[in-house]
Amino acid sequence: MPELTYREALREALREEMKRDESVFILGEDIAEYGSAYKVTQGLVEEFGHDRIRNTPLAESGIAGAALGAALVGMRPVAEIMYIDFSLLALDQIFNQIAKFRYMTGGVVKVPLVIRTQGGGGRSAGLHHSQSLEALYTHIPGLMVVMPATPYDAKGLLKSSIREDNPVIFIEHKGLYGQSGTVPEEEYLVPLGKAEVKRQGKDITVVAYSNSLILALKAAETLEKDGISLEVVDPRTLRPLDEDTILNSVEKTGRLMVVHEACKTGGFGAEIAAIVAEKAFDYLDAPIKRVAALDSPIPFNPKLEDYVLPNENDIIRGALELMGKELPEQ
Amino acid sequence: MQEIGNEKLKEIYTTMLRIRAFEERAIVEYRKGLCPGFIHPSIGQEASPAAVCAFLRDDDYILTTHRGHGDIIAKGARFDKMMAELFAKETGYCKGRGGSMHIVAPDLNMLGATAIVGAGVPIASGVALACKMQNLDRVTICFLSDGATCTGAFHEGLGMAAIWDLPVVFVCENNQYAMSTPQRDYTKLENLADRTKAHGVPGISVDGNDAVAVAKVASKAIEMAREGGGPTFINAITYRYYGHHMGDPGTSYRTKEEIEEWRKRDPIKRLQDRLLQAKIVTESEIEDIKASLTRELDEAVKFATESPEPKTEDALNNVYYIAE
Repeated sequence: MPELTYREALREALREEMKRDESVFILGEDIAEYGSAYKVTQGLVEEFGHDRIRNTPLAESGIAGAALGAALVGMRPVAEIMYIDFSLLALDQIFNQIAKFRYMTGGVVKVPLVIRTQGGGGRSAGLHHSQSLEALYTHIPGLMVVMPATPYDAKGLLKSSIREDNPVIFIEHKGLYGQSGTVPEEEYLVPLGKAEVKRQGKDITVVAYSNSLILALKAAETLEKDGISLEVVDPRTLRPLDEDTILNSVEKTGRLMVVHEACKTGGFGAEIAAIVAEKAFDYLDAPIKRVAALDSPIPFNPKLEDYVLPNENDIIRGALELMGKELPEQ
Repeated sequence: MQEIGNEKLKEIYTTMLRIRAFEERAIVEYRKGLCPGFIHPSIGQEASPAAVCAFLRDDDYILTTHRGHGDIIAKGARFDKMMAELFAKETGYCKGRGGSMHIVAPDLNMLGATAIVGAGVPIASGVALACKMQNLDRVTICFLSDGATCTGAFHEGLGMAAIWDLPVVFVCENNQYAMSTPQRDYTKLENLADRTKAHGVPGISVDGNDAVAVAKVASKAIEMAREGGGPTFINAITYRYYGHHMGDPGTSYRTKEEIEEWRKRDPIKRLQDRLLQAKIVTESEIEDIKASLTRELDEAVKFATESPEPKTEDALNNVYYIAE
């Protein structure tokens, strides 16, 4: 199977869906000749033209609102919001309009649109280009929230999101665009709402998504040498959440760790922890562990940023704690 | 008056009577405690919706606001389904999920009423964009309030309509107050239509209580939009007789004299006088229309009263679309 980067896999998904369905079009800032900030749409304007690769003014609320309007009249817009930090400018449209439109009509209309955006830190991009804000979106009924970690999932989930008849917030990670992985040449879809066990294990269930999944898999390899076996579950979609896969894994391991790059307080890890506490309490042999960013804005200074964000070592220490092992010195 | 045509004028007049009759009746039922939540009457503002929608085709789109009863009726909404929605019943336009501020009638290409002021503007541009991309020669009307012109969404949506020459007409039903705040307190502009100069969109101010004047401006703007000439902003200056909503007497920020002064410029009376004078309608025809509206409203209230409420077990239906 060919290797594609996360970026290329996303671009392939866009290209295939635009070829397949004329109602699919992309709108966003600097997506045409410039190819978008992280070059996901590079080359698409040459293939599909400016009508369907539509540069917009710098107006996030306008982008989201226009996507909604177009979705109501037969189109399948894919709106790109350059940074999830900028999506805050579009929250009225996303929370009050897009998420509620179908419900408001008593179910008469569908809202088939995708908002593609990206978040995450690790690049000294500073306070307004580094946040992980997925929990805001998971809090709003009516939205679906997708966060792929691998090129394979990125492509399959984006294709499914474009075909979905509900609004999807599709959150990429800026640190993943250059990561490679195998992606089949033949067409495939990854269904929304289905988690995947990325690594089998027996001691601790680690639920991790987006870039944190990569960290969790690395930690799992390291810990294997110490005789600790992590089962790594990638929910891939936070809303709808595949609770069964998580609960089944916890039943098997008896321990749960949740890892995410968003800060801990009010993060999505709290939701997963609560679900497991409500539905699988009897299986737990240890307290639930959350590994997350510290409750801080993301600092510019690389050393401080590293300190605030969770890393592989935090996962390892968390696992040792859960297993009642002695912690190595920091 | 000549260029509008007698039939069209009569249609506009009848629509204005329909809007007022509905809202007056809605207020009666609201005061009886039959409509939960808020009602924002547009009484006094009927000329714009009636005169604008008179020049739309059935397949043209409108979007409106929390004060949208008039716009929705002008697009052809039925009294019974509207009243049922105000009564929060399953038979209402939104099955009782939306209420007075959120009526949507996709079968009439009436794509929603938002209660977030200004939010409809970019959505309307998106609707118009979809029409343009699909080569549908449909026009979208975005009704908005004067207060909405202060919002970022207004400027973002208007800007997109401008650069893409979208077939959309923004109709500002300018009742001169953003809730309680008068225009002089929220902008330094004397003419609200000047806001659109920043976007290269023609902005036209018109006496919004003169249905004939609105009709002239709107018909041209709609024609221009349909022919690919891009958007227009119409600043139709009017007045609401009631407060912001039924809980607001509307007198803490407006004088009784001012309200009385505007009542003298009532848009329905003005058109009625002209139609009577020109013998386009007769007194007895007017009586017949009003009697028929009363019957229709009696039926609508009966329908709403007798209709079932939504079932609680259906509360979560349609949060998401679920493929069958």
